[in-house]
Amino acid sequence: MSAPVLDIRGLAFAYPDGHQALFGVDLHVHRGERVALLGPNGAGKTTLVLHLNGILTAGAGSVSVSGLPVESGNHLEIRRRVGIVFQDPDDQLFMPTVRDDVAFGPANLGLRGAELDARVESALAAVGMSEFADRAPHHLSFGQRRRVAIATVLAMEPEILVLDEPSSNLDPTTRRELAELIQSLDVTLLMVTHDLAFALQLCERAVILSDGIVAADGPTRAILEDADLLGRHRLELPWGFSG
Amino acid sequence: MGGQLGDHLHVEGDSPVHRLPAHVKLIGLVVFVLLVVALPRDAHLARAATLAVAVIVVALTRVPVRHVLSRLVVETPFVVFAVVLPFVATGPRTTIGPVTVSRPGLEAGLALLVTATTSVLMAVAFATTTSSRDLVRALQHLHVPDRLVQILAFMVRYLGVVGSQAQRMKVARESRGFAPRSVRSWPVIATSAGALFIRSYERGERVHLAMMSRGYTGRMPVTDPLRATPTQWGHGLLPGALALVTLVAVVVS
Ligand SMILES: Nc1ncnc2c1ncn2[C@@H]1O[C@H](COP(=O)(O)OP(=O)(O)O)[C@@H](O)[C@H]1O
Ligand SMILES: [Mg+2]
Repeated sequence: MSAPVLDIRGLAFAYPDGHQALFGVDLHVHRGERVALLGPNGAGKTTLVLHLNGILTAGAGSVSVSGLPVESGNHLEIRRRVGIVFQDPDDQLFMPTVRDDVAFGPANLGLRGAELDARVESALAAVGMSEFADRAPHHLSFGQRRRVAIATVLAMEPEILVLDEPSSNLDPTTRRELAELIQSLDVTLLMVTHDLAFALQLCERAVILSDGIVAADGPTRAILEDADLLGRHRLELPWGFSG
Repeated sequence: MGGQLGDHLHVEGDSPVHRLPAHVKLIGLVVFVLLVVALPRDAHLARAATLAVAVIVVALTRVPVRHVLSRLVVETPFVVFAVVLPFVATGPRTTIGPVTVSRPGLEAGLALLVTATTSVLMAVAFATTTSSRDLVRALQHLHVPDRLVQILAFMVRYLGVVGSQAQRMKVARESRGFAPRSVRSWPVIATSAGALFIRSYERGERVHLAMMSRGYTGRMPVTDPLRATPTQWGHGLLPGALALVTLVAVVVS
């Protein structure tokens, strides 16, 4: 088997204020997999995500992306390979127009002209937002902004797409449309969420991160059927569901 | 959450002024205003001529008159000053109807009013025909320091976000029975302002993380450089050239 797209070994991290958020995380994600990263608030999910492209530097352990270790010399290449979509699209969309925002990443990679335009067009088409290219991000609805946020990362053609709580703050219809969009993307996916139904719909494999370690790793359905396991890690299916 | 900086000023359109590249317009505006301000105080005819030039440019933008008028409010302080001047200034007196005013004061007031109106009209012609995006590109093109350009761009983008956050905090305060009536309510307002500042600061940090995650290394990429033909430069600098001609005429005569 080829090198996993994502290879995390013994990753530990403490914030400068001394708060230790990760205590030795091991996780491998292979090409084409869709993995849900489940965990209650404060479990360290976002902290883990920030290690995947070198924003945070591991205190111990290592992260590699398709064989390339995440370290200060190769951040740009790592950031091309790992596309992170943050939780709040207002943090992700900072340019005056949707088009400029989607172009920001590939432009940082050195693309210009027709090649850049093509990237922007295809990323916007992939999320169904082509006709909004010239609008200002703050004139879009929340759901539209989340789509554009995904496009900004798709435009970099990452090897793995990482979504941090993509279904938070969405109404049911927008949430369903987003699920359809994610389903339609042909990428390796790591999706952080505590929306268990969303995870079941989109990911065949799930990992529970709890108190800074991987507490379970297996088929999503099997994990969601284990009520004890979920209960121990402060995860709950919506009322009325029974695994 | 309406009322965005920039959006408020810009009016979509397809006039000759709209079509000029933003950096050309910006240079044209600065040159024109500097020359207008440089006119000697008693050059009334020349000053009227520059006002006419500004009015023509505004007419060329085809922006509705009421938009232009509503944007002239920034001129109010000058108007007040111009009205006060004839009364407070010294020198020979002159009589207009029932009042006697200072003659140099009256002239200075009029000159100030016309200069301010001319400059503001030209600035409005620029602002209504230039999107905030193009303004940012123009500043970038003119090598204004990257930091300043980014501050401006982020202000345009996040003013609404911060504004609506402030609004939500106000609603939250008032929903819990807070009414800002006396000095005693000031600490509450100060605390809210502090909280707003911290939230904005944290937002800034998160935006920075998101930028770095997409390969940002400290310089905004220029993806779409502005370009102007000599003809466009000619058009953009025409008002400035006319102002220069009047200035030279005044100085020579
Ligand atoms: N900048 C920070 N400084 C100190 N502690 C932090 C910081 N960010 C997060 N933490 C703490 O680290 C833990 C994990 O946070 P986070 O990764 O954001 O959790 P999750 O995304 O799973 O909700 C939490 O206890 C949180 O309070
Ligand atoms: Mg989080």
